[in-house]
Amino acid sequence: MTRIDDYRQVAPPGVVDIILKLAERVRGRRFLHVSGGRFGGGAAEILRAVVPILCDMGIDTHWEITGGDPGFYTTTRALQAALEGAERVLADEALAHYVEMNRVNAKKLSFEADLVVVHDVQPATLVAQRSDGRWVWRCHFDCSRAQRRAWSFFRQFVAQYEAAVFSLPEFGRRLGVPQYIIYPSIDPLSEKNRELTPREVATILASLRLSQDKPLLVQIGPFTRAQDPLGVVNAYRLVKKHYDVRLVLAGTAGDERESLEVLAELREAAHHDPDIVVLELPPDAHLQINALQRGATIVLQKSLREGFGLGAAEAMWKGKPVVGGFGGGLAQQIISDVTGYTVHSVEGAAFRLRHLLNNPELIARMGTAGREHVRRTFLVTRNITDYLALLIHLSG
Amino acid sequence: MRTAKHPFGFIGCVELRQALDKHALDERELMDRLEEVPPGSVFYHTHGYFLRHRPLTTAYGNDFARWAAVEVRDQALAERLAVVDPFGFPDLELLREELVTIIHDHLRRLNTVPRAELGGAFHFQQSHIVQVELGPLATTLAEFRDGLAAVDASAIYFHMVEARTRLGRPSGDFAEWLRTSLELPALADRIERIDTYMTSLERVRARVLSLVDQALEEEAA
Repeated sequence: MTRIDDYRQVAPPGVVDIILKLAERVRGRRFLHVSGGRFGGGAAEILRAVVPILCDMGIDTHWEITGGDPGFYTTTRALQAALEGAERVLADEALAHYVEMNRVNAKKLSFEADLVVVHDVQPATLVAQRSDGRWVWRCHFDCSRAQRRAWSFFRQFVAQYEAAVFSLPEFGRRLGVPQYIIYPSIDPLSEKNRELTPREVATILASLRLSQDKPLLVQIGPFTRAQDPLGVVNAYRLVKKHYDVRLVLAGTAGDERESLEVLAELREAAHHDPDIVVLELPPDAHLQINALQRGATIVLQKSLREGFGLGAAEAMWKGKPVVGGFGGGLAQQIISDVTGYTVHSVEGAAFRLRHLLNNPELIARMGTAGREHVRRTFLVTRNITDYLALLIHLSG
Repeated sequence: MRTAKHPFGFIGCVELRQALDKHALDERELMDRLEEVPPGSVFYHTHGYFLRHRPLTTAYGNDFARWAAVEVRDQALAERLAVVDPFGFPDLELLREELVTIIHDHLRRLNTVPRAELGGAFHFQQSHIVQVELGPLATTLAEFRDGLAAVDASAIYFHMVEARTRLGRPSGDFAEWLRTSLELPALADRIERIDTYMTSLERVRARVLSLVDQALEEEAA
């Protein structure tokens, strides 16, 4: 188990001491997180890092999860998609079942805590069965473009919380409760982000049948149109006229039609060019992603639209410049001209890639700046500091 | 070596950010909202900039100038806003007035109101500062020096920025303590004159340390 002192070697100087002082102030208070599951990315990935550290510091912290039947999961997936702006049909009966399942969940859980943080959609209606203590809804996605009907239904529950927490101010909606802003974070000691030796990187890349004989341009992310992998291929083609580089597109394919279509189009492109490598990875390929980002010369994150998305922060932590789009939290992560570039088009991406390849000293300088930016802004230590500040602020 | 009448305790701080339901898509809206928001929001987007943007990106001086430059691409307004030194105003209302006047004057010369690109709205925020007592207390100049060299940079922000602007201690905590508790008025004056605008907290720390080192050398001599 990682301990708070392990982070002294990676966090900015003095931050661990601040965390320990904050922890002293909240000792004796109980902190409860509730989420829809313990596995996967997003909220669960952050909680897997945050909760053990809070416990290690002697803060009475618990993490509960909610469950349900297949109908419950179908409805919560559809509701979350609708809150993210997608068109979904939500039947009144299905929504009533969702609320009812959480009423059943509430009976099995203890909410005795000074601060209860409920993450995302699945457990959100638990607030209807709330007890004492302060309740906060932590939203990890962008609900600014939520479907009107879905939001009208969901808002009645959010309004019962003392506060909401969003990853960015633009991700929120008009609410009658205070909205706090906490960026998500990466765990620098996790499998996905821990240090790897060049030899380990080479071994892992070899296991993926990937040679490091030429500069690697790497984009990691789901094979969806929102991540614009085909735009990345077009940018690579413009670069390839001048530089002998290899493009690696790695990610997890879902079973949705869009994902399968995008993957097929990418495979078609790769079929005609051996320097386009499409890697379909399992969801738990953390070490492989780590090695791919470390083996990259430049990392791309050319998303057109996404949640906060921490891919850029992960790459910058590994000392890589990032050429990214403007979607989600990319503009917060990439400081243009300092840690990489934000671009609006395929041509813009190609131009910046060529500029970097033509100025290798810039790659090193931006990589170093990116790592420092992530150290101060996107490490889990900052996330813990924010949660402790929230606990102190709300529970007095 | 002099011993202080009252020891100095370093205080670091953590900023909990709160979004206000106020947004601006163009420069006129920025001006209108800027007139309405609580003073804490003016503070957050001006003084707070230096706590958040360390050490890489203090290029614009405040969030308004950054927005004008990056999202609206109106370099003229960005330059005029960036040059406003928030530390040069005795209170936040006067600072707010100056910022609003600059935007108003800028808009008066234009035929159209410059607008942010899609998705580039300005979102007004404010912050709640949670104070954190750090390290052992200092009772001598040497102990103060050792403490200052080791504390988290947020302590520099708290004692040099937050204390001056929001907590009603216009000299800043370092200068005030050196003057009243250690009775070193000359050193206090020099520290009070340090320009905290458009630099990083680490540079401010280095300047204070350098002045304290000089004083320690003079004392030893």
